[in-house]
Amino acid sequence: MKVLVKSGRVVDPANNIDEKLDILIEDGKIAELAANIDAGDAEIINAAGTIVTPGLIDMHVHLREPGLEYKEDIVSGTAAAAAGGVTSVACMPNTCPPIDNLPLAQFVINKARYEGSANVFPIGAISQGQKGEILTEMGELLEGGCVGFSDDGGPVKNGEMMRRALEYANTFGAPIISHAEDLSLVAGGAMNEGAVATELGLKGIPNAAEDAMASRDIMLAELTGAHLHLAHVSTRGSLELIRQAKSRGVRVTCEVTPHHFSLTEEAVRGYDTNAKMNPPLRTQDDVDAVRAALADGTVDAIATDHAPHHVDDKNVEFAVAANGIVGLETLLPLTLKLVADKVISLPQAISLMSCNPAKILNIDRGTLSIGAIADITLINPNKEWLVEAEALRSKSKNSYFIGQTLRGCAIKTLRAGKVVFSRD
Amino acid sequence: MNFPHKNIIGIKEMTAEEINFILDSAESFKEINRRDIKKVPTLRGKTIINLFFEASTRTRTSFEIAGKRMSADTINISASGSSVAKGETLEDTAKNIEAMNADAIVMRHSASGACEYLAKRLDCAIVNAGDGMHEHPSQALLDAFTIREHKGKIEGLTVAIIGDITHSRVVRSNIYCLSKLGAKVRVAGPGTMLPPGIDKLGCEAYTNIDEAIKGSDVVMMLRIQRERQGAPLIPSVREYCKFFSLTEERLKLAKEDAIVMHPGPINRGVELPTSIADGPQNVILDQVENGVAVRMALLYLACGGEKLQD
Repeated sequence: MKVLVKSGRVVDPANNIDEKLDILIEDGKIAELAANIDAGDAEIINAAGTIVTPGLIDMHVHLREPGLEYKEDIVSGTAAAAAGGVTSVACMPNTCPPIDNLPLAQFVINKARYEGSANVFPIGAISQGQKGEILTEMGELLEGGCVGFSDDGGPVKNGEMMRRALEYANTFGAPIISHAEDLSLVAGGAMNEGAVATELGLKGIPNAAEDAMASRDIMLAELTGAHLHLAHVSTRGSLELIRQAKSRGVRVTCEVTPHHFSLTEEAVRGYDTNAKMNPPLRTQDDVDAVRAALADGTVDAIATDHAPHHVDDKNVEFAVAANGIVGLETLLPLTLKLVADKVISLPQAISLMSCNPAKILNIDRGTLSIGAIADITLINPNKEWLVEAEALRSKSKNSYFIGQTLRGCAIKTLRAGKVVFSRD
Repeated sequence: MNFPHKNIIGIKEMTAEEINFILDSAESFKEINRRDIKKVPTLRGKTIINLFFEASTRTRTSFEIAGKRMSADTINISASGSSVAKGETLEDTAKNIEAMNADAIVMRHSASGACEYLAKRLDCAIVNAGDGMHEHPSQALLDAFTIREHKGKIEGLTVAIIGDITHSRVVRSNIYCLSKLGAKVRVAGPGTMLPPGIDKLGCEAYTNIDEAIKGSDVVMMLRIQRERQGAPLIPSVREYCKFFSLTEERLKLAKEDAIVMHPGPINRGVELPTSIADGPQNVILDQVENGVAVRMALLYLACGGEKLQD
């Protein structure tokens, strides 16, 4: 079975490729990259006018299965991924029950393998039940297919627990992904602290809630020599701490979300619960800092923190509404906007969504090298499209961007050489 | 004038002209309240629901009396004993009330934005009787009415508001209302009770209450709302009183003819001593009386009273 992806602009940052090439796929793997490949009997995909990249990787996604299938499940979540040009997702373990044991992790992997439209790499819980008390069986979870550990949704409150988690995960070479948040400083806050929160009468969450915990975790990464990955970084202060730590040689990486580089706290006005997230949307100063950190390489990955919530969880008073928005299907246009705004180059943008997260999670994806699994995304960077709730593949429609016209999208998504999504 | 708001959500959305229109309307309603027969047929056949999700005596009674004096049918619903206790959503509760053809819902709710939330989803008029830490428009309007009554004007006055600024919806509405009418507003309290960016709403913020009171025409004391305090904001009521309660000494820093206000309920001996609460400068019960007149004006507007007259 041969497939030829013809005449696209191939951008493969892992191999420093950015030129018009054909890609020949054989048996689901990349067989050849060259100009004008003639492959006789191959099925031809015309990629002229498109950008051809490694299948995108979103390293921070909530698939909600098992337990919260009314919000999202593995089938709908991976369909949303494929529609967004994402071929691999790392799913967070804060399901019901949490993914803290091998059988549960394998349920997720198998369900995705047989019924999903994207590869699913589970992130195992750091602690059993995500209670922050006893470590999970990380060695076995890694053998079974997990790629990192996190108690995402909340922080590991106890400092020694976090230290031991870093040390133990490092035994097996796996990263600890930190949701850095000092809950005592959050203290029931519902949005970013500042003048807007004061005006709206909503309790604020100061940047210090994130910075204090990011600081602790960086110190522990330095102490242990382990790999710390900070999730959804949203503040100028945390980014500065990460920048300094990297310059000292600390093994710290980080991700930012499209909403944190696209929106400010102003979006909360009118008590729009689709602008309620954790960490909260911050100020323009923080957005500027996030964009600067993307530009200078302090940020290693763009991840969506895709957080599906049923309308019933969002159509309530702001203070009690669920946190988060869906992101898989708007990842590409929001990231391409950074390219249009000249914040980062196109190859940088693709790195942040392919080879960089692959490296952080140590997975064999995110590149178009010969012999690699043929996960490929074809992007039309200029196509303008209206974000409509009914058209989203995700079960949940909690996107702040509904009703907006965005520019750029995936027009074909290939998983191991097979087309899993296609649009005109 | 044409009053453009069906819903009364906040003072922030109102112009000075609209605020003055409400205050002028309230003048004529005040006269009704002092009659022997305190009832006019203005809102006969209208149904007004007081939907209160937080305990309230003063505001709920004031709205109820306001409706009844204009011959509306007013019904009170308190959250305890209602379907909310059974897990019904706010939207469903309100839509059920609307389905019974209510003309206006007067709501108090602990969540900031709850009135705006309902206004977006319902056709009947929504009157905000206090939402979380956001706004309490009828209180600010009755305060402005009372100040105007005693001072003859609002423009050019200096008003000091003292207490827990962070958790107070009264403060936010008052800052908008008084600054739009040309007064200078000062707020003061301990650093733990001054929210970031409060000055951007249109006031000056002080941690020293003597400085805030100095030369002011109006001193408004706020109740220390212990039930709102999730974190330890003050070490003790004793220490709070030492630095932040109004004393006769401190009141002397204000103008000689300054008035003392309080939205109630007052904690005697905490925000202010009995000697001031009952003293010659206090106008606290005038505020309560004027509250009925102002709320009559608001209900009149919310129920389309202008159209009724045509």
